[in-house]
Amino acid sequence: MTLTDTQIERYSRHIILEQIGLAGQERLLSSKALIVGAGGLGSPAALYLAAAGVGTIGIVDNDSVEISNLQRQIIHHTADIGRDKALSAAEKMRAINTDVQVRTYKQYLRADNIDNIIREYDFVIDGTDNFPSKFLINDACYFAGKPYSHAGILRFSGQTMTVLPGQSACLRCLFDGPPPPNAVPSCSQAGVLGVLAGVIGCLQAAEALKFALQQGELLTNALLTYDGLQGTFRKVPIRRNPHCRLCGESPSITTLEEVEQPVCDLKGKGSCCTT
Amino acid sequence: MKIIVNGEEKDVAATTVTGLLSELKIRSPEQVAIELNGDILDRNAYEQTAVKEGDQLEFIYFMGGGHDAY
Ligand SMILES: [Zn+2]
Repeated sequence: MTLTDTQIERYSRHIILEQIGLAGQERLLSSKALIVGAGGLGSPAALYLAAAGVGTIGIVDNDSVEISNLQRQIIHHTADIGRDKALSAAEKMRAINTDVQVRTYKQYLRADNIDNIIREYDFVIDGTDNFPSKFLINDACYFAGKPYSHAGILRFSGQTMTVLPGQSACLRCLFDGPPPPNAVPSCSQAGVLGVLAGVIGCLQAAEALKFALQQGELLTNALLTYDGLQGTFRKVPIRRNPHCRLCGESPSITTLEEVEQPVCDLKGKGSCCTT
Repeated sequence: MKIIVNGEEKDVAATTVTGLLSELKIRSPEQVAIELNGDILDRNAYEQTAVKEGDQLEFIYFMGGGHDAY
């Protein structure tokens, strides 16, 4: 791949970086990232990955834009209310950068379709907010050997961890499965400061870029937590759990299965809102 | 007894992880993963797991996005 003059100008602030250069930018342009959820976390991730020139970006979302999304899901505009989130997000990414090939998936990820989708990509960003989706992504990435970025946000806090399947701690090393449904309030009950999605979603984008560039240290075997009220980050070391049901020494999860959906009353949809 | 919880020193009376959960008033322990000196504890072992002076614990809250851990 040879960069055009326009591309050299567009990506000049990348190219000037010793760790990127022309070769690194070419790497980005030939890399493929999948973003699951065009919501709070997915919005900044999608915008920055498109701007960075990640050559192929997949965006998965089955929902349409609602007014209550706009406080944090910055890829969607007021005029997008009622439109498909995947299409709305794709439109903004293409508007930022025509170098990027955007693929949209207007569907929910399930055990029977996730593998085919993630196999097309180098890195997966989990921008979902519900437990079943998070475990499904974790499990599917493990079986497919796909590196991925986990994240969650709540109120004024956020967390993220990058998983290199089979090499670093996974989500199930921490939590063996979704909490009991009765412990889970509806999605709309707990609020979140909108900017938290930006802070954490950008960290996820940074991980995807670092992975594509093969630069720096990924956030593996550690959970980075952000306390927005205190203004503090903490990097909590996480060791692989030998008892992990997925990646431990004697795993009980050996094939990809649907993760049971906890109760979520948001519009009665099986898979609830993206953060 | 002094222990470190999420990076902060705490003076506690509890001698087991279960005792600590109630002393620290963790309301939804099923949404918390606990790391003791770097190892993730088995949820079923909280009762038997002793907490000793100087132990470092991390209470890791599962954040989905719509979940209220406290
Ligand atoms: Zn694991």
